Amino acid sequence: MELLNEPFPWHVSGFLISLIMLLLILMGKSFGVSSNLRTICAALGAGKTCDFFCFNWKTTRWNLFVIFGALIGGFIAANYMSGLNPPDINPDVIAELNTLGFESAGNNYLPLELFDNLYSIKAICILLIGGILIGFGARYAGGCTSGHAISGLSNLQLPSLIAVLGFFIGGLLMIHLIFPFIF
Amino acid sequence: MRNLYCLLVGVFFGIIMIKSEAASWFRIYEMFTFKSFHMYGIIGTAVCLGALYIQLIKRFKLKNIDKKPIIIKEKNKSQYRYLFGGIIFGLGWALVGACPGPMFTLIGAGYFSVLIVIIGALLGTWLYGLLKNKLPH
Repeated sequence: MELLNEPFPWHVSGFLISLIMLLLILMGKSFGVSSNLRTICAALGAGKTCDFFCFNWKTTRWNLFVIFGALIGGFIAANYMSGLNPPDINPDVIAELNTLGFESAGNNYLPLELFDNLYSIKAICILLIGGILIGFGARYAGGCTSGHAISGLSNLQLPSLIAVLGFFIGGLLMIHLIFPFIF
Repeated sequence: MRNLYCLLVGVFFGIIMIKSEAASWFRIYEMFTFKSFHMYGIIGTAVCLGALYIQLIKRFKLKNIDKKPIIIKEKNKSQYRYLFGGIIFGLGWALVGACPGPMFTLIGAGYFSVLIVIIGALLGTWLYGLLKNKLPH
């Protein structure tokens, strides 16, 4: 039980994530989180504005149970499994983040400058714009990390490899070229 | 009953996202600086094992719990949407350090500001629906 209070090593985590995909496949479903965003849009009535959301969202309701479960899992891990201890990231990265103004690097699970700073218009804009990019990009690419990087690559799909390359091009552009202008 | 199983798989998923630190903005930032193997190890292990399971499922024509053959949907062939969509997703992933799964997990973990990210992601999804026919796919 002690081990459950420690962070999971990468190989255990990777194995457990592969099990999630396997369980969903065996249940006749598939592992893809971002399609929930489309389902929620449809459930909120976005079908009135365009065809993309005109489908019977109740057929994908099972996936909403998965994300609701993920929310409960987050609560359990945070409150009963010491889940929010600061990750043991590379000290060079901590130093780099400190110079960018992230004092919370190395001491917290998430940067407080972004996630515990609701008086800052800048932080709110970053969270909102980041969310828009994720939602737009995931639907444009037809999947996110779970659908492409895990499910698609596991099924040796070239489109998913292209999408994952795209994820990395975007991520590298953001951190190395755009971050210096934002932070 | 089936929905309950989905919920339980989700709980398991949420716990792993937090405990693997894949839901940590710092781990995502670190991944894009190439200064740690952690995230690559997680994704690499999941993909290698996942590929093994899928090969076994196909080889032995395994059935799912409804006794139906397992069919894994192939992705549509094209390039633009995967590349452009992927780049846009990557920009957002690096900026807020959370992909769609961890967003929900982090709310449960008590980071309520992530709700702003989810609202953004819903807006982005809606925007895509509106612009879909005008974009190269």
